[in-house]
Amino acid sequence: MSFPLLTATAALPAIGAIATAAVPAARRTAAKWLALAVSLATLVLAGIVFARFEPGGDRYQLTESHAWIKDFGVRYELGVDGIGVALLALTALLIPFVILAGWHDADVLETNSSRWRPTQGFFALILMVEAMVILSFVATDVFLFYILFEAMLIPMYFLIGGFGDRAHSGSDENAAAQRSYAAVKFLLYNLAGGLIMLAAVIGLYVVAGSFSLSEIAEARANGSLDMATSTERWLFLGFFFAFAVKAPLWPLHTWLPNAMGEATTPVAVLITAVVDKVGTFAMLRFCLQLFPEASKWATPVILVLALISIVYGALLAVGQRDIKRLIAYASISHFGFIVLGIFAMTSQGQSGATLYMVNHGLSTAALMLVAGFLITRRGSRLIADYGGVQKVAPVLAGTFLVGGLATLSLPGLAPFVSEFLVLVGAFSAYPVVGIIATVGIVLAALYVLVLYQRTMTGPVREGIGGMPDLKVRELAVALPLIALLIFLGVFPQPLTEVVNPAVQHTMHDVQKKDPQPEVEAAK
Amino acid sequence: MENLIALLVAAPLLGAAVLLCGGRRLDRAGHWIGTVLAAASFVVGAVLFTDMLGKGAEDRTLRQHLYSWIPVEGFQADVAFQLDQLSMTFVLLITGVGTLIHIYSIGYMEHDERRRRFFGYLNLFLAAMLILVIADNYLLLYVGWEGVGLASYLLIGFWQHKPSAATAAKKAFLVNRVGDIGLSIAIMLMFTTFGTFAFGPVFEATGDTSEGKLTAIGLMLLLAACGKSAQVPLQSWLGDAMEGPTPVSALIHAATMVTAGVYLIVRSGAVFNGAPDAQLVVVVVGAVTLLFGAIVGCAKDDIKKALAGSTMSQIGYMILAAGLGPIGYVFAIMHLVTHGFFKAGLFLGAGSVMHGMNDEVDMRRYGGLRKFMPVTFVTFGLGYLAIIGFPGLSGFFSKDMIIEAAFAKGGTEGWILGSVTLLGAAITAFYMTRVMLMTFFGEKRWQPDAEGHEPHPHESPKSMTIPMIVLAFGSVFAGGFFSLGDRFLHWLEPVTGHDHGHAPVSAATVTAATMVVLVIGVAIAWAMYGRRPVPAVAPRGSLLTRAARRDLLQDDFNHVVLVRGGEHLTRSLVYVDHTLVDGVVNGTAASMGGLSGRLRKLQNGYARSYAVSMFGGAAVLIAATLLMRAV
Repeated sequence: MSFPLLTATAALPAIGAIATAAVPAARRTAAKWLALAVSLATLVLAGIVFARFEPGGDRYQLTESHAWIKDFGVRYELGVDGIGVALLALTALLIPFVILAGWHDADVLETNSSRWRPTQGFFALILMVEAMVILSFVATDVFLFYILFEAMLIPMYFLIGGFGDRAHSGSDENAAAQRSYAAVKFLLYNLAGGLIMLAAVIGLYVVAGSFSLSEIAEARANGSLDMATSTERWLFLGFFFAFAVKAPLWPLHTWLPNAMGEATTPVAVLITAVVDKVGTFAMLRFCLQLFPEASKWATPVILVLALISIVYGALLAVGQRDIKRLIAYASISHFGFIVLGIFAMTSQGQSGATLYMVNHGLSTAALMLVAGFLITRRGSRLIADYGGVQKVAPVLAGTFLVGGLATLSLPGLAPFVSEFLVLVGAFSAYPVVGIIATVGIVLAALYVLVLYQRTMTGPVREGIGGMPDLKVRELAVALPLIALLIFLGVFPQPLTEVVNPAVQHTMHDVQKKDPQPEVEAAK
Repeated sequence: MENLIALLVAAPLLGAAVLLCGGRRLDRAGHWIGTVLAAASFVVGAVLFTDMLGKGAEDRTLRQHLYSWIPVEGFQADVAFQLDQLSMTFVLLITGVGTLIHIYSIGYMEHDERRRRFFGYLNLFLAAMLILVIADNYLLLYVGWEGVGLASYLLIGFWQHKPSAATAAKKAFLVNRVGDIGLSIAIMLMFTTFGTFAFGPVFEATGDTSEGKLTAIGLMLLLAACGKSAQVPLQSWLGDAMEGPTPVSALIHAATMVTAGVYLIVRSGAVFNGAPDAQLVVVVVGAVTLLFGAIVGCAKDDIKKALAGSTMSQIGYMILAAGLGPIGYVFAIMHLVTHGFFKAGLFLGAGSVMHGMNDEVDMRRYGGLRKFMPVTFVTFGLGYLAIIGFPGLSGFFSKDMIIEAAFAKGGTEGWILGSVTLLGAAITAFYMTRVMLMTFFGEKRWQPDAEGHEPHPHESPKSMTIPMIVLAFGSVFAGGFFSLGDRFLHWLEPVTGHDHGHAPVSAATVTAATMVVLVIGVAIAWAMYGRRPVPAVAPRGSLLTRAARRDLLQDDFNHVVLVRGGEHLTRSLVYVDHTLVDGVVNGTAASMGGLSGRLRKLQNGYARSYAVSMFGGAAVLIAATLLMRAV
């Protein structure tokens, strides 16, 4: 039997989490270094997975399969396709930055509590989330995926509720209440989605008699498993609802600004750049593959919701007064683009959507983490409290600008590639939808540049004067992310190479062909 | 030879990277690095140009394929360059004038502590503009297109501590983004129509598609061009862009940025040739902007803003010419090049005046400067003569051609366009004479600046005057050189094609008419500003003057409709999101499972227990269902 590489990649951070949690209370710096080392080792394993993955090979590679709950046909079944491998790489890549950026986030809790070990807990929880997210990207058993999909809520809940942002305008009690509200709202929204999905998962088992993705998909393809149209639609809706909460899609998005606003910035990045991606990923993998007909049936409504998300999220971002909430609404707009690309059901749209997931992870991480460095310095999340930062901290302002430019999809940076692919993919199937979505291009420029102008330019405001520029640890977070954004903007081939074949499989699943160019079609 | 093409971009791009990432230790040498790399790019351009001249007219196009940029099923975007006569013309203009502006900036920005960064941005500007003109497909062109937008954003807002500069920069970027929607949609349309957006295949396939499609693509390209080239209705950013340091204005107005729209339309000639309706809209936009800019230019007392109005108007000429189709393509580009010389010269001259006048920009506080700044006076004066079309100077040839081409469009349309271009020439003569008289002639009207420093006008250092002298040479001789034996026409014709049209009147008649309107324009200006002393405070002026001072009220319109309207919209949406959407979703959930009740009680501190119980419930549910199934 070959070495279970995927299991190892997921198990390493899980074991690392336990080890980190077990570090004695007095040795908290050691816990930080341990967590960082584990995340880097995981990155190495993810790199090996990426390197071993053959773009032209089987759809699912590095597969593992073991019986788990025999009575119900639940198997521990893993395998990675081109889409999964891209997201796995993204996750493993971002976690070290999240840890590094959150280096001091738990320190403040150390002073007033001696019994529980906040530092150890904080980093252990992050690693736990990483383990679960990685496993969910490679799980090919529906039930296994469902368990992970739900289980990752627990560490996330504690990360949001237990380690809130200290930069709060209200009193400490008020801050605690809002934090708690945000954490529970996050949990309840996602649990509600999860419960509906659970019903659909069970329903699927009743109909198909199996939880195995490949078995069901195969049975569907060769006609041995015939689902009634209404059954398929109901099951689809059950799955989609859960994913749309997590993604999040309008109008199920309202938990995200609360959660991202109240959490510390590294946790906010964890939410939007990593955990939420499981939602859009699952749409591609489960909705389209298991319920192709229902997916096509629901497409018009979903495209409209995606368009609303794009425009509505961007408009709300423009109207925000809180830096972190602004970025949260920007993310809602971007998730709209991802969903649009997935359900346009064209090669460009789906490749674009997959790249978008990766690129959005990188760009949001860059923007949000630098915003976090800024917020920590001033102790406020309100845009109005800033002004003239570029005068005193030019490097901070510069990196913030690059993160912002990535967020508005400037050509030359990675997000442009994916956004344009999504637009082209949507346009070629649904021209009007594509045209409306381009409004997002202008609105993104508006919220990014307004944010930059109000915080970074103009006369130096009170409280900004002595602000230090980025330190080594912070540069170690910002610069590699920027380098990656530039590299993938100029040379996205390493990603497109693995993503393209996977998208072709999905296109085959839903039995869709790209629209022919008019000139060729005429011939 | 074709392997050199990438070097054109690589040199300034390297400069930008080094200067922007290099940190303070490069402060002392930064401006030299920037200038040398800009000049290196020019040298590479010159080498390629000489090589191109040595070849026959038909096989002058060079191609360089670097790599496949976005390889996705059914979609191919490459990083590949194409250097033909049209691109070459732009390359020489961009790098040549660009290098002169670099040299000028060494002196102009001498006392600015962020000079290194300024040069980094200048290099970035050149690199982006070069990508724009040598890309061999529309998507790569888009990269240069937005790169130019970014560089202009950084440069217009270079003095970021001034809120007005930051606002102007943001405005320029946003207005340009509106135009970018046009470019995006045009590319998407090409993709769905032709399956590609590379120049060659698209232009070849234009014959295979419907006129409607071509019209749609053409109009979208025009929208893009309006943004970059500051054409009505997307012109509002140009005046505010004067917030940037003066060399930036010279760069934006002469060598880069605003010329991009003209390039886009001429480059896409094959599309427009098949879409007469789109062409009609192009000429209308050009004609309207031509007059719009000229009228605004007449009313401004700020020397840079008067020149900005002039740029808008001159680019209007070029867009109009480009809209005429093969009759006008060559002349649009020829005017673009000569305009590049004299407009750069005029802006650098204006910068030199400001340099000597404590950064004063109000022409009503100038006067009599010719004695104090002889070199600036002479070079600015030559640029002035060139732009109004004084016989024998550059502008005379290139503008005259456009006026002739406008008449040659034929029919009523030709007469209307011809008259508009003539009227524009008259107004140009008026407002430029006004600038000249108010600045260099008449009484001294100098006033101490805000800190009470008396101005001591003086000539600028050599690093500034030499580029002005070089540009003055171009302003004087370029037009004649291009026209002699129709050199420029023969040079560009293989790329753009050419058609003589049906001129209703002879060329000599047009030239004579042009001379007449020129004299009228100059005479009126002299009567108003030369014969009588210029009041130091602007008179109230007529309704039109007051409107023109406010850029014909377009900003007021934008402010009321877009800015205020947008603010109301976003604010009400924030409210809706907070109360309605959140409330409805929570409420719906409540009716199904008491979710909202739980949410409301959160503040009581029972949150965790609720969550745990709910999660526990889920676990029980799973177990129960599985058990049921097993039994």
